[in-house]
Amino acid sequence: MADLSIKIHNLELKNPVLTASGTFGYGLEFDDFFDVSLLGGIVVKGTTIHPRQGNGYPRMAETASGMLNSVGLQNKGARYFATDIYPDLLKYNTNILVNVSGSTIDEYIACAEIINELDHISGIELNISCPNVKEGGMAFGTSCASIDAVVSAVRAVYHKTMVVKLSPNVTDIGELAKAAEFSGADSLSLINTLLGMAINAETRKPVLATVTGGLSGPAIKPIALRMVWEVSKSVKVPVIGMGGIMNATDAIEFFLAGASAIEVGTANYIDPLASLKIIDGIDLYLNRHKFSSLKDIIGCLHL
Amino acid sequence: MQMRKTVQELKVISNQQLNDDHHILQLEAPEPLGIIKPGQFANLLVDNSPIVFLRRPFSIYSVDYVKNTISIYIKIIGEGTRKLANCQVGSYINVMYPLGNSFTIPADREIILLVGGGSGVASLMGLAQELIKNSNQVSILIGARSLTDLVELDEFSKYGTVYTTTEDGSGGVKGYVTDHPVFGDKLSDFTRIYSCGPEPMMKAVAAKAKENAIICEVSLENSMACGFGVCLCCIAETIHGHKCVCTDGPVFNTNQLKWQI
Repeated sequence: MADLSIKIHNLELKNPVLTASGTFGYGLEFDDFFDVSLLGGIVVKGTTIHPRQGNGYPRMAETASGMLNSVGLQNKGARYFATDIYPDLLKYNTNILVNVSGSTIDEYIACAEIINELDHISGIELNISCPNVKEGGMAFGTSCASIDAVVSAVRAVYHKTMVVKLSPNVTDIGELAKAAEFSGADSLSLINTLLGMAINAETRKPVLATVTGGLSGPAIKPIALRMVWEVSKSVKVPVIGMGGIMNATDAIEFFLAGASAIEVGTANYIDPLASLKIIDGIDLYLNRHKFSSLKDIIGCLHL
Repeated sequence: MQMRKTVQELKVISNQQLNDDHHILQLEAPEPLGIIKPGQFANLLVDNSPIVFLRRPFSIYSVDYVKNTISIYIKIIGEGTRKLANCQVGSYINVMYPLGNSFTIPADREIILLVGGGSGVASLMGLAQELIKNSNQVSILIGARSLTDLVELDEFSKYGTVYTTTEDGSGGVKGYVTDHPVFGDKLSDFTRIYSCGPEPMMKAVAAKAKENAIICEVSLENSMACGFGVCLCCIAETIHGHKCVCTDGPVFNTNQLKWQI
């Protein structure tokens, strides 16, 4: 067994596999399938200060090697999370991060303040990259000035590990990564979904109620790898990579590109056990290549 | 005991072709089945197809606890259903099941009408089998485009009186299910109507039920990515807000749905 442990700022991960926000519910939905505490961590569903109904139906379009979604941050709000969901998460012996989002900076602050009071939540993933909301979300993540404004503001009220989740819908992700780091991010996670759309030729209508949505799945992995590689060269804080990871080989590619940990997203829909299999597969890879530790391969791309 | 949701490789025991595009697969579980309720569904993985990325959801047609099998009724619609329908006996299919809630099984004897349209009949077989265990009186109305699409009538007739309609008049009463005399003056004899099929059909059925103050439950087929309540893609609009068809449904009492009927 190789050493799979890794530190992301103050988070001690027993292994580098987390689950991506919006693809893993609150972990509880997976209790029938496996012991969630075996994961390095989970990032729970995007949470906002006010309850959100999310977008209309249809919210999903299957695409070649991937899918579009336009859920729109449906959640019952941070206070409901704290009172009604959080107590059920105390049973998990792993890192739990809450994905925090908002329409305004004040909403981000208010949400982060509530999460800051929850002892069993190890950190937040600041979502400045959701493509499916009309206000806020991705709009915060596409310029250095707005990144600085929201990240600095949340940094002032949130005192544990703050991961900032970056949008791929930008021209120069390296510059935006630096802005997030400068403004106080302890780690960066990327990529969120790519803005896309699907059309039904027969009905001549868009498939999604919102017309556009976020593309995920193996279709986006090459873009995600390139961006993780660029960002990991641009910043000193650890990078958490994601985008189309379906198996351990995909995960290894992200470590080689510079990620210190990874998040499994869309794969959870198809195989709820995917993240567990990926942990085993990473260990097998390290043993096969005679590495004693995961740290031996992070950023070790042969150029 | 109610079966917990699981992912298993199920062995294809038989693949019965009913007509050009309808198949029933009988799948054997590797472990003894827990109780699967009528209305619950399974999410089947389609292997080796880049354009079929997600699992395909199907009603569990029937359960055989002696043979330890579940049956899946498949209508070929596209690439995914074609691959599944053409699977070989002896091969394995990766199945996530049992998912979702179930139809209400009344405790007392009631007079119940089941209305299935097209492949929507798939969720009614297990239901009919369960209902007659409680001595309910069951009628089953099946609508299809054409006579060749009316399948499994003999099987359904074991559990209740079967009525049929076809859109082209080649079998049963010509027209839609709601054109059948069952929906006439005597409709209020029924205490419940359970339906599964195309949404316009279910809405028409729900409207008739509402007129006659009959309890009505329908099984929805919204498109979904996961099947167990995490993607939040399959939402139905209800009087209590957005609900997931995969976990809060697929069966809903129509008085909970925001349908304009």
